[in-house]
Amino acid sequence: MDPTDIARWQFAITTVYHFLFVPVSIGLSAMVAGYQTAWRRTGNEQWLRLTRFFGKLFLINFAIGVVTGIVQEFQFGMNWSDYSRFVGDVFGAPLAIEGLLAFFLESTFLGLWIFGWGRLPAPLHNACIWLVHAGTVFSAYFILAANSWMQHPVGYGYNPETGRAEMNDFAAVMFNKVQLATFPHVMFSAYLTAAAVVVGIGVWHLRRLDRPASDGGDAVVVPRSAEQRADEVSLYRKAVRTGAVLALVAGLGVVLSGDVQGKVMTEVQPMKMAAAEGLYRSEEGADFSLLTVGTLDGSEERFAITVPNLLSFLATGSFGGRVEGITDLRETYRATYGQDPGAAYYSPGDYTPTIPLTYWTFRLMIGTGMAALAIAGWILWATRRSAAAPINRLTIGLAVALPFLPLLANSFGWIFTEVGRQPWAVFGLMTTESAVSPGVSAGEMLTSLVVLTAVYGVLAVIEGRLLLTYIRRGAEPAPVDADVVRPVDAPLAVAY
Amino acid sequence: MELTTIWFVLIAALWIGYFTLEGFDFGVGMLLPVLAEDDAERRVLINTIGPVWDGNEVWLLVAGGATFAAFPEWYATLFSGFYLPLLLILVALIVRGLAFEYRAKRDDDRWRARWDVAIVVGSVVPALLWGVAFANIVRGVPIDADLEYAGGFLTLLNPYALLGGITTLLLFLTHGAVFISLKTDGRIRHAARELGIGLGALAAVAAVAFLAWTQVSTGTTASAVVFLAAAAGLVAALLALLRGNEGWAFTGTFLAIALAVAGLFVALFPDVMPTTLADGTALTTTNAAATAYTLKIMTVVAALFTPVVVGYQAWSYWVFRKRISVHHIPVAAESVSV
Ligand code: HDD
Ligand code: HEM
Ligand code: HEM
Repeated sequence: MDPTDIARWQFAITTVYHFLFVPVSIGLSAMVAGYQTAWRRTGNEQWLRLTRFFGKLFLINFAIGVVTGIVQEFQFGMNWSDYSRFVGDVFGAPLAIEGLLAFFLESTFLGLWIFGWGRLPAPLHNACIWLVHAGTVFSAYFILAANSWMQHPVGYGYNPETGRAEMNDFAAVMFNKVQLATFPHVMFSAYLTAAAVVVGIGVWHLRRLDRPASDGGDAVVVPRSAEQRADEVSLYRKAVRTGAVLALVAGLGVVLSGDVQGKVMTEVQPMKMAAAEGLYRSEEGADFSLLTVGTLDGSEERFAITVPNLLSFLATGSFGGRVEGITDLRETYRATYGQDPGAAYYSPGDYTPTIPLTYWTFRLMIGTGMAALAIAGWILWATRRSAAAPINRLTIGLAVALPFLPLLANSFGWIFTEVGRQPWAVFGLMTTESAVSPGVSAGEMLTSLVVLTAVYGVLAVIEGRLLLTYIRRGAEPAPVDADVVRPVDAPLAVAY
Repeated sequence: MELTTIWFVLIAALWIGYFTLEGFDFGVGMLLPVLAEDDAERRVLINTIGPVWDGNEVWLLVAGGATFAAFPEWYATLFSGFYLPLLLILVALIVRGLAFEYRAKRDDDRWRARWDVAIVVGSVVPALLWGVAFANIVRGVPIDADLEYAGGFLTLLNPYALLGGITTLLLFLTHGAVFISLKTDGRIRHAARELGIGLGALAAVAAVAFLAWTQVSTGTTASAVVFLAAAAGLVAALLALLRGNEGWAFTGTFLAIALAVAGLFVALFPDVMPTTLADGTALTTTNAAATAYTLKIMTVVAALFTPVVVGYQAWSYWVFRKRISVHHIPVAAESVSV
């Protein structure tokens, strides 16, 4: 394997892995903050129990989000040094600002929230977790601005003397039109993901309570009386209902923002849209393929299910709009980018990403995400009566699958976005091949790939088990005096 | 002052923030098996840094990000050049960060023992390697005319750099011991104070040797002054510790580390990475820098937000200012009462 391939594999593995935890951190911090606020407003202890239960899961998840993020930040310099030299002027700024504005906020106020129980006055303590959430939002904004610039470079000039891209309009970089579509899309998908996690867990506990015969397993609260049981049911029902509503709202946001993204993408990277559809010949009133079996080079189509004219609508906003096909675009790209833009940062190619991967990830993103939305809707319906409706087998099956669907959709979305941009690292400016560190040997890179993948693999197992343990235990009973500031020599309310 | 100089100073400040803050939490991590006799004491130690270690680590992330933005060539050469040490540091920081968060999450001695190993190793490795890395930056490494690092892993393990690594290791150990004596009570506090004196004496020897070597090979008058001040800080810290004044002792080790790092940057300026190759090109604050436009934007952002960050971080230290001792530790981690 040559260094470029290794570096790409490493980037793909580490980023997709990082992004398994990121959306959960973003969404769950908001939900936990919301539960805590609900507790303070209503005084209802169930909200406090949900705060602490999901708070714990959030912390387990956040920790791994943090440590995998560090790898991301170092990786640009380690594996992609020519890229870093070329774009540092533009790309480094959002990254640095992200650290200053977001990471400090997240980490400091998270420490204050964890250890501030019983030490900070309740409103201030609640504000801490909201600030953590604000930190995750800032973080997402700046890093996505950086990524959007790679998708659609703006606000820069190319300096042939230094061979670098130089920023000349910071506002353009921050409010890139790709960014304005990407940020809401990613944020909504993060809320959808966290909401799905909460719903899945809530339904699982409702199901447990549904079967009083069992001994309760590892759960910390095993109801002894009918009253106690009703209380537990009402608790998890709250989680399920709030989660399902958020999932539906966020899901709608994902669809709407995704639609905008499709149009922007067709405009700035028409090849990505063509590849997403496996559309070889340009068409007016193009159909959206739900499933095509055939040879993907377009020469032969064996079997296809399509929605008439939908692709044209997605791409252009009009059912009769013209969508460029791969074959035509290849010629256009050759004409546009065929010339060396002036630096060594260039290598010719045929400007076509891997079609099957682009085609399938696009569909799977939409498919798994929509399935999550449908399940959330069904669960909202199934739990509509205030006395818990019995959770049947089908519902519990769907609920357990639910958290995984948006997680998959997120990964597919990123793989689609990033693979669809190939062969470019920075669209139209720098190819991926020329972005890699020239001074790092394949052996070193392979070491790094193997070590990080192995460490991540082990962590996945540890993390998964820990989460399962805590999920099974369920929400602990509400502590007494949770809103009272304790004397200094009392035991810590929370400790590592 | 020129923008490039301002950013050189700012990046120095970020590294100073990182080493002075995460320095003591590396120290606490390394001293875990030394100072604590049972699990309750280990938890006392970990909880002294519990609320703050993650915020301390962000100084590193911002130092990295700021280097990327302000001196892209420096970021590119440094991170791709020091590849394997950085990989080791990354793995260390990964396991260490998770260990703090996860060790109390299961009531199981083997589980905790494993995470304790992660904390110790995860603290020793970066404490040593950051010193090695910084010594190499100051001393210079083979950088060719294309600004690429032309050495190997072993190039980085020269005697001067190893001495640098031992110096940071010992300084962080001392800093950690002093911090523990400041933040705990009872047996641990006294044990930490005594250990701090011994470690401090060793650190002083290493630091004097390393800084003197630096001064002789790359120093200027200015760096000599700063190095002397650093040494004075360390001596003052030891004296304060002998008299049982832990607050001043911590101020002393804090200043000693801050000044030692500052002195290294003074000795480095105006280079950011000198080359040892005759036909190579050194990276300087000018040839490694981003454009004036980017630096200007970054300056505005830094001027607006750095005070805010320093303010709330200081506040969080204030909130958690009380000493911790064994009776503060709730019985079982997860049957906590709030
Ligand atoms: C859309 C959101 C998003 C995306 C695309 C990324 N991250 Fe991330 N990152 C976050 C959202 C986030 C977060 C929500 O802010 C995290 C996740 C969990 C957490 O602890 O904070 C985080 C943590 C995190 C940390 C640790 C921060 C700390 O110590 O508190 C670093 C250094 C990075 N990230 C860096 C990156 C880089 C360089 C990325 C690009 C390749 C990246 N992240 C993609
Ligand atoms: C967290 C969400 C992200 C995911 C899941 C993701 C996924 C991927 C994947 C799968 C690749 C490999 C593509 C290939 O080699 O064909 C890749 C490449 C890359 N991405 Fe992303 N990406 C994410 C965010 C970002 C961000 C925010 C940036 C920039 C700030 C970025 C910059 C890059 C770079 C530099 C490469 C390497 C060059 C390349 O192979 O295209 N990515 N990413
Ligand atoms: C009707 C539904 C959806 C549509 C039309 C849609 C559309 C899109 C488009 C066009 C892109 C590529 C943007 C680009 O490369 O410029 C994208 C990326 C992405 N999608 Fe979706 N999407 C949908 C559903 C979802 C769902 C349900 C999720 C996750 C829960 C999701 C998560 C993502 C992510 C993480 C990315 C990569 C980041 C980005 O470029 O925004 N999408 N989506």
